[in-house]
Amino acid sequence: MRNDLLAEIIDRIVEAIQVNADELTFLDQAIGDGDHGTNLRRGAESLLKNRDAIAELEFGPALKKAGTTIVMTVGGASGPLYGSALLAMAREASEMPEDSVGISKLTETGVNAVKARGRSDVGAKTMLDVLVPVHEAVNRGASLHEIRDVTEKAVEATRTMQAKKGRASFLGIRSIGHIDPGARSAAHIVNAICNVLEHR
Amino acid sequence: MKDKVSIVIVSHSAEVARGTARMVREMVGDDVEVAHCGGDPDGGLGCDVAAIMDAIENVWSDRGIAILVDLGGSETNSEMAIEMLDPEKAEKIVICSAPIVEGAVMAATEAAGGSDLNAVRATAEEFK
Repeated sequence: MRNDLLAEIIDRIVEAIQVNADELTFLDQAIGDGDHGTNLRRGAESLLKNRDAIAELEFGPALKKAGTTIVMTVGGASGPLYGSALLAMAREASEMPEDSVGISKLTETGVNAVKARGRSDVGAKTMLDVLVPVHEAVNRGASLHEIRDVTEKAVEATRTMQAKKGRASFLGIRSIGHIDPGARSAAHIVNAICNVLEHR
Repeated sequence: MKDKVSIVIVSHSAEVARGTARMVREMVGDDVEVAHCGGDPDGGLGCDVAAIMDAIENVWSDRGIAILVDLGGSETNSEMAIEMLDPEKAEKIVICSAPIVEGAVMAATEAAGGSDLNAVRATAEEFK
């Protein structure tokens, strides 16, 4: 049976990436190699192309197909990072979680996969500086409104951090003063999911 | 079956990958199989997991594969590519922590002498 919720989440994430791709590239030009928006846009286009095929699958295989699509098309480090999160969640979840405990287990799996793939954790000015607090908010049963709030503050908090991972780490203290593009893209994804859930 | 460790070069740039492979060819010769890939799926600077998987398959040797990468993204994408291959193959692939050009030449030189994967990697990583 077609998973309409998953299809809608894909649509909104794709839309958020497409609308904000230039902003992501702009942020990445300041402290990275300036391709984050371009890379994610390529992944988003491919995800959209595969949306119906993904939505027809069982939950686990659907996450696996989405993850594989991201890994194969994004082309930057963000491809394996986001892709690994989805592939790990695919191994963990056979069915779509229905309560906050189930969702929290899923987000924990995803966050741990990103940590492992990037050999990183919070405080290094990466997408984890958004993903970890968002997972923690989910874990304590926060409302969608609170999750949005946590997300926005987490993105802003990367501004004063010094990058310890990726190309931005080459800049040393000069990476301070800029928002991390990976944190920003993670926030767009979280907000897109919140948008869908709010309207259901 | 190939009787030596093969080398795979993974750069963000197709030109750097091609040039590095050519240096290996000219300095070490044809005894070692060398594959190279660079650039994102659209041909810009970046990485392409599918291309890395193809490169590994193209020069597959049961004695193993030593991968040389340039920047962090190449390493992350190479790790991803390895993970998506058959697990029996995955355990015979290493990513060398070495500068891409020097590492590739040193790894290929060691591999050409018939050394095993650990020795090839160790030689490449002397440049760490």
